[in-house]
Amino acid sequence: MAVFEGLSEKLQETMKKLRGKGRVTEKDVKEMMREIKLALLEADVNFKVVKDFIAKVSERAVGQDVLESLTPGQQVIKIVNDELIDLMGREQSKVSFSSRPPTVFMMVGLQGSGKTTTSGKLANLMRKQGKNPLLVACDVYRPAAIKQLQVVGNQLGIPVFSMGDSLSPVDIAKASIEHAASKQHDLVIIDTAGRLHIDEGLMDELLNIKNSVKPHEILLVVDSMTGQDAVNVADSFNKKLGVDGMVLTKLDGDTRGGAAISTKAVTGKPIKFVGMGEKLSDLEPFFPDRMVSRILGM
Amino acid sequence: VSFGKIDDELFDQLEEILITSDVGMDTTMRIIEDLKEKVRERKIIDPMKVKELLKEELTEILSEENADLDLSSSPAVIIVIGVNGVGKTTSIGKIAGLLKEGGRKVLLAAGDTFRAAAIDQLEIWSNRVGVDIIKHTEGADPAAVVYDAIQSAKARRADVLICDTAGRLHTKKNLMEELKKISRIIDKELPGASRETLLVLDATTGQNAVSQAKVFSESAKISGIVLTKLDGTAKGGIVITIKSELKIPVKLIGVGEKLEDLQKFNASEFVEALFA
Ligand SMILES: Nc1nc2c(ncn2[C@@H]2O[C@H](COP(=O)(O)OP(=O)(O)OP(=O)(O)O)[C@@H](O)[C@H]2O)c(=O)[nH]1
Ligand SMILES: Nc1nc2c(ncn2[C@@H]2O[C@H](COP(=O)(O)OP(=O)(O)OP(=O)(O)O)[C@@H](O)[C@H]2O)c(=O)[nH]1
Ligand SMILES: [K+]
Ligand SMILES: [Mg+2]
Ligand SMILES: [Mg+2]
Repeated sequence: MAVFEGLSEKLQETMKKLRGKGRVTEKDVKEMMREIKLALLEADVNFKVVKDFIAKVSERAVGQDVLESLTPGQQVIKIVNDELIDLMGREQSKVSFSSRPPTVFMMVGLQGSGKTTTSGKLANLMRKQGKNPLLVACDVYRPAAIKQLQVVGNQLGIPVFSMGDSLSPVDIAKASIEHAASKQHDLVIIDTAGRLHIDEGLMDELLNIKNSVKPHEILLVVDSMTGQDAVNVADSFNKKLGVDGMVLTKLDGDTRGGAAISTKAVTGKPIKFVGMGEKLSDLEPFFPDRMVSRILGM
Repeated sequence: VSFGKIDDELFDQLEEILITSDVGMDTTMRIIEDLKEKVRERKIIDPMKVKELLKEELTEILSEENADLDLSSSPAVIIVIGVNGVGKTTSIGKIAGLLKEGGRKVLLAAGDTFRAAAIDQLEIWSNRVGVDIIKHTEGADPAAVVYDAIQSAKARRADVLICDTAGRLHTKKNLMEELKKISRIIDKELPGASRETLLVLDATTGQNAVSQAKVFSESAKISGIVLTKLDGTAKGGIVITIKSELKIPVKLIGVGEKLEDLQKFNASEFVEALFA
């Protein structure tokens, strides 16, 4: 289980069994669809998303020349690949900046997903692109969360704005914008506390921060190891806040990362960056085609 | 979910419940096949009985004769391991609180010398609970911290030493070696001491948790799982696969961020929650 068999090998296996039968039937296509379904579920793509996806691919597979093809396995793989890349979005999605600085990014997500680390990584990346970022410590709840961001900022030589843990995150966020303007920071990155998507009080707090600082990018930070629940999380955060994009973290492990498909499918919002390690340089742009290959094990 | 009659649709619905709880395909299919077999054998006709039977099967898989922490020697050691951000440090705070309440003298070792402010985080927990902590500075050798903490535990006659470790992805070989080194130090400095090696898993994790359990097992003799973040909407069904494949029992669950949000694992309650 630790090492998944790639989908292409599996389909080739299925095809081998079918070979010698002359031609491929609709039933054979069905068998292939079953393999695809299993592969996607093993990669943690959400159950409902998989169902819809299979229905779509089956239609294309049966409707097309797959049945007549000499290489139906490859044909099906190609369709699956195409459809998944379509689903993930063909273009690389970038972050946008305000024409009237400072631009504000707000990081949100479940506990432990990687918000604080990603805030630092993003500040680092943006500075390389010529920005002058300010990090803002709005997690007043988690033990040593402010200190954590300060250590990160220190490592990078990027200033961190904090007002301790006794003020409300809304007030801290507001004050940080004024501070940024006075210090010529053209980018503000707000780190928020981790919270459950079903925690109404804390979700309202995020909405209040949003309404008072009007972020240009609300980035939902998602752990790439997340399973079936990824859809609930992404959907709830998106409905509450209207997220602009996602950051998929911890992709340096061996997870297939099917959550990428699930979150995109339910929110329609693109993944903008991927976290590839604990170091503050380990943030990369997201490439849909690479992610699809990873999920399919190809 | 209410079920009308026993047909494929019924089994499909049950299968869906398992899959959407992250039980994993292989385990799900095996469990459903077994269930069908038993329903046939026992000539069950009431759909509700099928569901009850499935619950029994799952509870059976998850049940463990003695899932209590074995901390009989003094000092005893608990070492807490797992991938990044799953809830190791928080769980340590909660466990320390529970043990202290039970009248035991607890000492914490700040073995995560890597992550920014990890030591401060554990220290806040130690203050919150009111137990001592042994720490070095950021960047220090974690094995040296544990060594010191053991000497200190002996000197202060602590009952339980709990060691925090840095989050690490199981795929990072050098970091897994570091865990072995810590383990060897405990072997050497506290031979014969009772030891719990707890793997912390985040209930929102999907199939990768199996890989985590497998690979961590190769570097440490895991005695139990702490399943965190069960207060969310994720069901944590992957522990069913881990228990049936690797025989590692869940011992504790985390149901929030506060000190009191730790519970003993209860197999039948867990299974009920899958169907809720
Ligand atoms: N391997 C790896 N670890 C990561 C990555 N991103 C974050 N982490 C680690 O994940 C853990 C949690 O990261 P944090 O940045 O503290 O997460 P958070 O979302 O701010 O957590 P809370 O504030 O408690 O909700 C830390 O150990 C990080 O070092 C990544 O891309 N790869
Ligand atoms: N909702 C909820 N949050 C939890 C639970 N356990 C831990 N957390 C939160 O999850 C986040 C990560 O917890 P930590 O204890 O820092 O996790 P860790 O495994 O020590 O993280 P690293 O040391 O960075 O690998 C924090 O925000 C915790 O408050 C739980 O049972 N429920
Ligand atoms: K997590
Ligand atoms: Mg944080
Ligand atoms: Mg920790």
